[in-house]
Amino acid sequence: MHLQPASVILRSVDQPGPETFAENARAALRDTTLTGALRRATDTFAERRAGAIGQVPEWEALRTQAAAIKAHTLARLDHYLEQFATNAERAGVVVHWATDAAEACAIVRRLAADRGARRLVKSKSMATEEIHLNAALAKDGAEPVETDLGEWIIQLAGETPSHIIVPAIHKTKEAIGELFVDKLGIPPSSEPAVLAEHARQRLRAHFADADMGISGVNFGIAATGTILILENEGNARMTTTLPRVHVAVMGIEKVIPRFADLDVFLKLLPRSGTGQHITTYQSLLTGPDPRGQGPSEMHIVLLDNGRSRIAADEVMRQTLACIRCGACLNACPVYQSIGGHAYGSVYPGPIGAILTPQLSGMHSAGTLPFASSLCGACKDVCPVKIDIPSLLLELRQRAVEGTPGHPATRGGFVDRMVWRLWAFCMRGPRRFRVAMALARLGEKLPLLGRLAGPMRAWASTRELPKLAQRSFRSTWRGGTS
Amino acid sequence: MSRKVALFATCLGDQLWPEVVQATVAVLERAGCSVSFDPAQTCCGQPAFNSGFQSDARTVARHFVQVFENAEAIVAPSGSCVAMVHRYPELFRDEPAWRARSEVVAHKTFELSAFLVRELRVTDVGARMAARVAWHDACHGLRELGVHDEPRALLRAVQGLELVDLRTGEACCGFGGTFSVKFPELSTAMLDHKLSALDPQRVDVLSAVDSSCLMQIRGRLQRQGSRVRAMHLAEILASR
Repeated sequence: MHLQPASVILRSVDQPGPETFAENARAALRDTTLTGALRRATDTFAERRAGAIGQVPEWEALRTQAAAIKAHTLARLDHYLEQFATNAERAGVVVHWATDAAEACAIVRRLAADRGARRLVKSKSMATEEIHLNAALAKDGAEPVETDLGEWIIQLAGETPSHIIVPAIHKTKEAIGELFVDKLGIPPSSEPAVLAEHARQRLRAHFADADMGISGVNFGIAATGTILILENEGNARMTTTLPRVHVAVMGIEKVIPRFADLDVFLKLLPRSGTGQHITTYQSLLTGPDPRGQGPSEMHIVLLDNGRSRIAADEVMRQTLACIRCGACLNACPVYQSIGGHAYGSVYPGPIGAILTPQLSGMHSAGTLPFASSLCGACKDVCPVKIDIPSLLLELRQRAVEGTPGHPATRGGFVDRMVWRLWAFCMRGPRRFRVAMALARLGEKLPLLGRLAGPMRAWASTRELPKLAQRSFRSTWRGGTS
Repeated sequence: MSRKVALFATCLGDQLWPEVVQATVAVLERAGCSVSFDPAQTCCGQPAFNSGFQSDARTVARHFVQVFENAEAIVAPSGSCVAMVHRYPELFRDEPAWRARSEVVAHKTFELSAFLVRELRVTDVGARMAARVAWHDACHGLRELGVHDEPRALLRAVQGLELVDLRTGEACCGFGGTFSVKFPELSTAMLDHKLSALDPQRVDVLSAVDSSCLMQIRGRLQRQGSRVRAMHLAEILASR
């Protein structure tokens, strides 16, 4: 079985165009291997999640608690970040502050270059995807080897992740088998156990050789300066303990106040993401080991890259509460239909549709908030209760109406006039009746009805409804009104 | 319990499916309500709101509030339009006077099935229809208003009707307002997923309480030449 990697034909938001998402969605829908793999995988994750949370009677209370902890922390982000940095430094960590992606990449490149580190390994991290760290390190001939199985598959294929916790969700086992035959020269197989064994052998060799390990961070605990990394394959444990230098890239929104807060988040995150009660590994790291075990150096790069701007926006701030569980992707009927690549952004799905325009700007990613039917399934499953539909609506409003200092980026003059006229007609019953009478006339002109863009778009797949000969209002109580 | 009800026909119901609105009136009257219809009403403002044009949505919302603020109870055969009215206070967050007025209106605006079951405590409206019916949980009614059991209770009380479980009952139909014409292929793919669980040998009617979802569902079923009919809950409840 073949799989044309969707990413090859898809355009990213780095090449903006109002039609980008629509084109990508169409391309994805034509790829039946992709849509089949997606449906199976998202259904499976959604079922597992439902099963796992069904066993937690206090689920709703936990969500409320988690949302409250995040809201509290994000409103005092500077305070908790300083506390986190102070305590991490006290434990022997070197803390770096990066304003944007370029600065974060430069810091990591310099750390590698200064130590002559050429063989790098990396565990799964969306923050490093966001800043395109691999490409930056590749300029020095030091591209890290991805050690999460899914990420490694994606790296071998030259693609980007299409899901925030299941990067190769769009790939079938057959496609992965063919990729391994092609890139690793293994005998043909599509047996997951066989493929995983080949991957394990290759990756072990990389771990043994590596002189720097790069990871992300799930939670940073302000009170102790500790970071927590969750994973299932043991690769993050090895990435952060085998090489002599460990560099963790942490979005500044990952900080939580106290160790005890983990009690709430550790119940929520694995269940929401993969339907597990707990991930196989939880690595709590508080500075390098003074007994000389593990890395002799530990660095944490605190990444802003637009986050402090979002934190300052009281309406949009809750975007930063996200703990990257991926539940909203699995629950989203848009994501289920077309997958992550169509969004053309590092963060896909509902969370990507609110986060990306805020990180990259409305000019390049302003279409994403419109790429939703506003069904609200994402809000239902979000473990930290982010009201994604309301934030999508807020971003739509900002896109078409603009904000002080930021002119509208979507909805041109014609759109504005159409809605202005619509509101004018809906503001009074006489205007409304006249407008509907005109519409009835317009409907009788076959060409006009067929040519109008939205009607043509509708009729491409569905029968167009017809206006009733007599409206309800014209028949009410014998048509007296 | 007799109640005075101000009917909100919804713009789609008024202009495209007056029979649905007539059925709504019949059902409410049968449940003992006295129904009035103020012809000054137009739309709830949702199309503009969902498209981001909130100032145009506010224009229409103000009109809605003016028309309905003196009503005892406002009932609409649509969860989506009612959910929009419930969002008015948020839409007027920067206008305290309108916020207060819209809060009063939002508080007494009800979706049809929720009004019958929760407010009037009626489940049997004396309807009769020999059909196997599957239910579509329209997103806004389901998630914003918590309407789930009410329509099922009403349907179960219809004589001769068999309520058939639909695995994809809670899946979005893909309509989403302008979403359906901005991304027609995607919108249709979402609908086709929903319809993939519908067995035409076991189901005669796919019903919902939202005319907009039904427009999407009906349009596709007709295009596919399916024998399954899309039918509004009010029409079923008005059948005898």
